Amino acid sequence: MNEQIVLNNVGSYETPASVREYTGKGGYEALKECLTRDPESVIREVEDSKLRGRGGAGFPTGTKWRYAASRKDTAYVVANADEGEPGAFKDRLIMEGDPHKLIEGIAIAGYAVGASHGFIYVRGEYSHCLNLLDEACADARKHHFLGNKIAGSDFCFDIKVRAGAGSYVCGEETALISSLEGKRGNPRIRPPYPTSRGLFGKPTVVNNVETLATIPAIIAGGSKWFSSVGTPQSTGTKLFPVSGAVRRPGCYELPMGTSLETLILTHAGGIKKGKTLKAVLVGGAAAGTFLGKENLSVPLSFEHLNQVNAQLGSGVVVVLDCDTNILDILVGIMEFFMRESCGLCAPCRVGIVQIHRLLSGMATGTIEPEDGIDRILSLARVMNKTCLCPLGQSVVMPLQSGLNLEVV
Amino acid sequence: MQVEITVDGNPMQLTKGETLLSELRSSGVDVPGLCYNGKVSPTGCCRLCCIKDTKTDKVEMACTLTVCEGMDIQVFTPEIEGYRKETLQLILSEHHHDCMTCEAAGSCDLEDLAYRYGIDSSSEVYPPAYTASPVHETQVLVFDPRKCIKCYRCVKACDELQEKHVLDMVERSNEIRVWAGYNGIWKESSCDGCGECIQACPVGALYEKEAVRKGRTWELTSTDTVCEYCGVGCLIQVYIKNNHIVKVKGKDGPANEGRLCVKGRFGHQYLEINRLTSPLIKMNGTFVEVTWDEAIHHVADTFSRMLTTYGPHVLGGLSSARCTNEENYLFQKFVRVLFHNNNVDHCARLCHASTVAGLTRAFGSGAMTNSIAELADSDCIFVMGSNTTETHPVIATFIRNAVRKGAALIVADPRAIDLASSAHVHLQLKNGTDVAVLNGIMNYIYTQGLHSQDFIETRTEGFSDFINVVGEYTPERVEDITGVSSEKIQEAALLFGQAEKASIVFSMGITQHITGTDNVLSLANLALLTGNVGRPSTGVNPLRGQGNVQGACDVGALSSVYPGYQPVTSPEAREQFETAWGVALSDNPGLTVVEMINKAALGEIKGMYIVGENPMVSDPNTNHVERALKNLEFLVVQDIFMTETALLADVVLPSQAALEKEGTFTNTERRIQPGRRVVEPPPNTKTDWQIIGSIAGKMGYPMEYGTVWDILREINQVTPIYRGITPERVTEGLQWPCPSEDHPGTPYLHRGTFSRGMGLFSPVDFVPPAECPDEEYPFVLSTGRILFHYHTGTMSRKVEALDSFVHEGYVEISSQDADILNINQDDFVEVTTRRGRITVRAKISDRVAPQSVFIPFHFSEAPANRLTNDALDPEAKIPELKVCACAIRKVDVITLQKEGEE
Repeated sequence: MNEQIVLNNVGSYETPASVREYTGKGGYEALKECLTRDPESVIREVEDSKLRGRGGAGFPTGTKWRYAASRKDTAYVVANADEGEPGAFKDRLIMEGDPHKLIEGIAIAGYAVGASHGFIYVRGEYSHCLNLLDEACADARKHHFLGNKIAGSDFCFDIKVRAGAGSYVCGEETALISSLEGKRGNPRIRPPYPTSRGLFGKPTVVNNVETLATIPAIIAGGSKWFSSVGTPQSTGTKLFPVSGAVRRPGCYELPMGTSLETLILTHAGGIKKGKTLKAVLVGGAAAGTFLGKENLSVPLSFEHLNQVNAQLGSGVVVVLDCDTNILDILVGIMEFFMRESCGLCAPCRVGIVQIHRLLSGMATGTIEPEDGIDRILSLARVMNKTCLCPLGQSVVMPLQSGLNLEVV
Repeated sequence: MQVEITVDGNPMQLTKGETLLSELRSSGVDVPGLCYNGKVSPTGCCRLCCIKDTKTDKVEMACTLTVCEGMDIQVFTPEIEGYRKETLQLILSEHHHDCMTCEAAGSCDLEDLAYRYGIDSSSEVYPPAYTASPVHETQVLVFDPRKCIKCYRCVKACDELQEKHVLDMVERSNEIRVWAGYNGIWKESSCDGCGECIQACPVGALYEKEAVRKGRTWELTSTDTVCEYCGVGCLIQVYIKNNHIVKVKGKDGPANEGRLCVKGRFGHQYLEINRLTSPLIKMNGTFVEVTWDEAIHHVADTFSRMLTTYGPHVLGGLSSARCTNEENYLFQKFVRVLFHNNNVDHCARLCHASTVAGLTRAFGSGAMTNSIAELADSDCIFVMGSNTTETHPVIATFIRNAVRKGAALIVADPRAIDLASSAHVHLQLKNGTDVAVLNGIMNYIYTQGLHSQDFIETRTEGFSDFINVVGEYTPERVEDITGVSSEKIQEAALLFGQAEKASIVFSMGITQHITGTDNVLSLANLALLTGNVGRPSTGVNPLRGQGNVQGACDVGALSSVYPGYQPVTSPEAREQFETAWGVALSDNPGLTVVEMINKAALGEIKGMYIVGENPMVSDPNTNHVERALKNLEFLVVQDIFMTETALLADVVLPSQAALEKEGTFTNTERRIQPGRRVVEPPPNTKTDWQIIGSIAGKMGYPMEYGTVWDILREINQVTPIYRGITPERVTEGLQWPCPSEDHPGTPYLHRGTFSRGMGLFSPVDFVPPAECPDEEYPFVLSTGRILFHYHTGTMSRKVEALDSFVHEGYVEISSQDADILNINQDDFVEVTTRRGRITVRAKISDRVAPQSVFIPFHFSEAPANRLTNDALDPEAKIPELKVCACAIRKVDVITLQKEGEE
């Protein structure tokens, strides 16, 4: 088994919300160490680790922190725990299995960017996580890892846990901020970016749960060690939630750059008995890319997946066997988008409805593929160029790759 | 600053920092778009104004970008135009385009774009994607969700322009739809019918209910004029077909920036209802139609005969704040020249006489010191005794805009009025304790050292006497008098005292007291103490009620002053007018409204000429007014309707409404704007100035003018503050003083020096109201206005839409008192004061504090003024309409019927 950075403690606690158990395994040492350093050196450590966001876009975390810190204004740190991507269950594992690792990461981020308040915006359906995080925060407060004068320092910081109300698009950071402010969860126009004007108009760092849970290890082990794991442009480990036609579905933490083949065949136990592999949906079930057998050897990293026109995204891997009709999967994906588009921008709001109609027509045979495909793809490309947020922009990825595999 | 950017390869000069889309459009680059409305924040949702940034190769929306130097963008490349056409086809697929019967056909942005991009029904590539939804109808508008293109313009207009926050979007994906209020049923929401959403809608999803099937854009003509309702002076664009008003849009005027309220947009139907169309003479108790010649002859002869018989002191006239400046000028000239006295007054006496008295004494000029638009940049707005949302709705939207931008809002009002919900502090004082509240605030400002020492030293006088009085009003003592906690007094003092630019806004809650002048002086003191006068976004700002009440005062329809506030007691002024008018003039100040009524009751005033006023409903103590008017030997009423007052007249002369004639109106911020003839008047009516002129001629003093503009020229000559506002310049919207033809007008007064030289502090002590509650009359009664009606309801109550919002009078009573008196919502209650008794329905509302009630005065069948007290402010002669003592009793329907039978 490879060295685990994020999931190392998961499953080893009696009471995951207990500070005592976490500190027993060296927890909160990284935070304490940060409090002896100046915020600038913490930011530099994260920059040097080359950590990139684990939520989807892969933006360099240190850079994001530096932007927010440079605003010289009250800042907020928000943990994006609105894990809504179909096939994703990695953040849940962290929150349920090692909540203090997340809390410690948020507190370090807060210290680095000069925030005194943090939020964890949790997918509303994750009721167990919500309760557990509330308990964990309460215990951290009791042990002076949250609240006033943390660990005897002058640093004051606290976290509020907030529940989402069931909207996929609220995983998009600007929509998340709208929702957190109590408004309708519509994405906002960027710029301004959240790091300059985010939550309640203040500089805001929005980081994925996995990203933040990686921070304590970077501080503890140092950026040099961290960046030695993985590939040059994708450092560290990554959680891969694997589902579908495999023998051992589950979430695997592996160094960046591990090949898709190794993940599926070695770790997930290979394809289910009696089936053969047809395709793998990588990056997300909705905003993902279908990869055929010919691409199985691709290393799972930001840069290598780009080379095959795919994206690492949140690391979701859905394995499809030979009985699967990708057209049906695409219809399902479009149904999902149709429910989840916020409806703000016209190309996404109406475009998805029209793509869904065309695909359904193709699936039921009322529309000839040659009539449908061009229309669908040209529409999806317009959406990619003109939609307001990544939801509408990314529709083209599963469509293009999926239609390529199935129909053409 | 102009910077160079590259548009499709060509250099262009645009203004840095401005929205790229509006800059491109105003430079002639016609970028399409449906969701952009320059008046609200960009939404960026239609995605039609997309452009490509050549440097980054990214597609962005021109409506959400600002102009930066060196920008290089592609606007009309085949790629970008292709995106637009595709998106347009998508939008068309979710829009129910039944253009054949659509109200917006011909003025629909989507229709124009479909035409421009050549998308006809045969080239539509997408099947319809709209869902069937019920059409919503309110008192004033229709919303058809199938035509809605989800552009958010209505939502944002409601939020950001009107600050009503009634609308939002619900649901997701293409199920999203506009939602009003909590349950989505528009008619049951808090929508007050301002119609800003209609004006914002780029398609035919929202339209005026009363305009349905009345004609489409190309069939209509339009005329721009001033709204004839309140003193805000909104400009309106009136659409006409066959001499009927079809609809009204807000015009970008300096006072309203395109915004309107429900009356301004939907309140003009009265023009065609129950109009007077013939002169009438009462013979043996009934009106008989006569010719104009007969009527004029009769009026002139009777007035002349009475002057000969009784002498010059028995006649008087009431002018009208709904008439033009020119007509008011002519009327006061008529009274002064032909009645040989100064017995001319008008309803300003009942609303802002104390403002004129107080501000003239303190500053030297009795009008709003600053402009409406300046409120948006205030740091602190102190609204006292003004239910702005209902009485000056459009001004209230600017106040709320300022609050959203960060201004502090202090509201002082006995009722929890709408603005109180946005206020940082609401001082819910006992009725009539305004002076004490203000002294308490100033006491704390002074003890905290937040006064402006420099301003006090260099620009004011009378400080030491004033501060000695204020010193006695500690916040604790003020709490005892006013019922407002000392903490709130202190909080308000800090907000006001610490503001860099603080504005005071007030209205009749301040003025209609026996201490009205004292109240105004106290507000002036507050502004002087903190140096908040003579600069932009500061000042003491009385909001004037009727459309031209400011102008009527300006041109001399007041008993004590000639046009331009020149006192009748001043020999120089009198001499000037004697020369100009060629007659000898009286040097005695005339009688005011209430004094004339009192003298009529005594038989000392025997004849009156009332133009466009309805004292039978508007004046205090109606029973007394009725006795007085009936006691007159001769009463002439000139109006557009058979009002309650006209019914008592001996002669009724049918005149023309504001929208039927030309002339100027002066709004509350001293701005003169031209009114235009929008529709042809009913046959056999005349303008007020023509009628006045004819009577004058018959009485031997010719007042002949070719047009109304000739009268304005005469005003220019005799009124220094109006000298530069010539007929040629009326469209400039100038604010007086404008002393010469090249003067740019005066947006704010008292810069550098006050009109009277130094600003005068006045020591003001608290005096309780004339009538306080006692055992017999245990409640405090206050009266006032509501949004949907205007003055005595003669206009607004004829309008179906307005009437359907509020149909009848009511008394607001607190839930606590309603419980004690066992009164339920809509029960009939009897309200009694020492002067009269009325029966109205109860409206249980905690807007009023316990032990106090409120009755709107618009309803002649539930006439609040049968109850009100006609005790006068000794200086301004304004009656105390805002406080009296009353008793409340529940009456059951059976008792009511019995009483009716008796």
